[in-house]
Amino acid sequence: MLPGRYLPIFIALLLGTIAVPARAATIRITMQDLVFAPAEVSTRVGDTIEWINKDVFAHTATARNGDFDVTMPPKKTVPSVLKKAGTVEYYCRYHPNMKAVLKIEP
Amino acid sequence: MFVRLSAAIAALSLLGSAALAQGAKPTDPQIAHIAYTAGVIDIAAAKQAVTKASNKDVKAFAQDMVRDHEAVNKQALDLVKKLKVTPEDNDTSKTLSKQAADKLAELAKLKGAEYDKAYVANEVAYHKAVNGALETQLIPSASNAELKSLLQTGLKIFQGHQQHAEHVAAGLK
Repeated sequence: MLPGRYLPIFIALLLGTIAVPARAATIRITMQDLVFAPAEVSTRVGDTIEWINKDVFAHTATARNGDFDVTMPPKKTVPSVLKKAGTVEYYCRYHPNMKAVLKIEP
Repeated sequence: MFVRLSAAIAALSLLGSAALAQGAKPTDPQIAHIAYTAGVIDIAAAKQAVTKASNKDVKAFAQDMVRDHEAVNKQALDLVKKLKVTPEDNDTSKTLSKQAADKLAELAKLKGAEYDKAYVANEVAYHKAVNGALETQLIPSASNAELKSLLQTGLKIFQGHQQHAEHVAAGLK
């Protein structure tokens, strides 16, 4: 049997594993010198992406499959919430060399 | 069809030899002036294209050119102000401006798909020439670190423009 003093820890661990996936996270993706960083990010549906544009150029984060299209004015941060699961390649419509991937778990 | 290269491009390729002929590399105030002038030229061509282009990809590309080149030139103006450098007019800048004006007049006479093709072909060639000048002449000659860094950012974005223009050109055939 589980000794009494370990019980609260056990419950905390149990609750922890349930609580973590349910909480939406905020993930920062930066655009600097015409590069998305990090280039690959794992997220979940419901998470918020903070798109931080450090360049003097306007950028977009445009999903190739059409799931999202966010426009970031120069030196601005724009939040967006992920609504659909999937591995989504995205790029900047203004600078098509800028490419990255979002892995969105359900 | 045979596409004539813009005279402005010829001027840019002369940049190296002209500077060498004087036995000196361009100074920072001259480099700033040349880079700014090259931007102004592309903005003028793009503004013409925004009104004249009939293909939507060509029009969108032109809008990108206005947005990016204005952003780079604003950075350049802020930098020369900060560094208290007065951009210095020079023969390369003068030749560039004169020949770009001729090219603009030539493009103004074209219409429809013919205009679209000529504009995009010129953008490919022009960015190629500007990038070549930046890489081999302007960036190596720049002595101020911030100016050099701005030129490097410019090179990166203009290489993207060149590829973008090539992509649009391929779509027009």
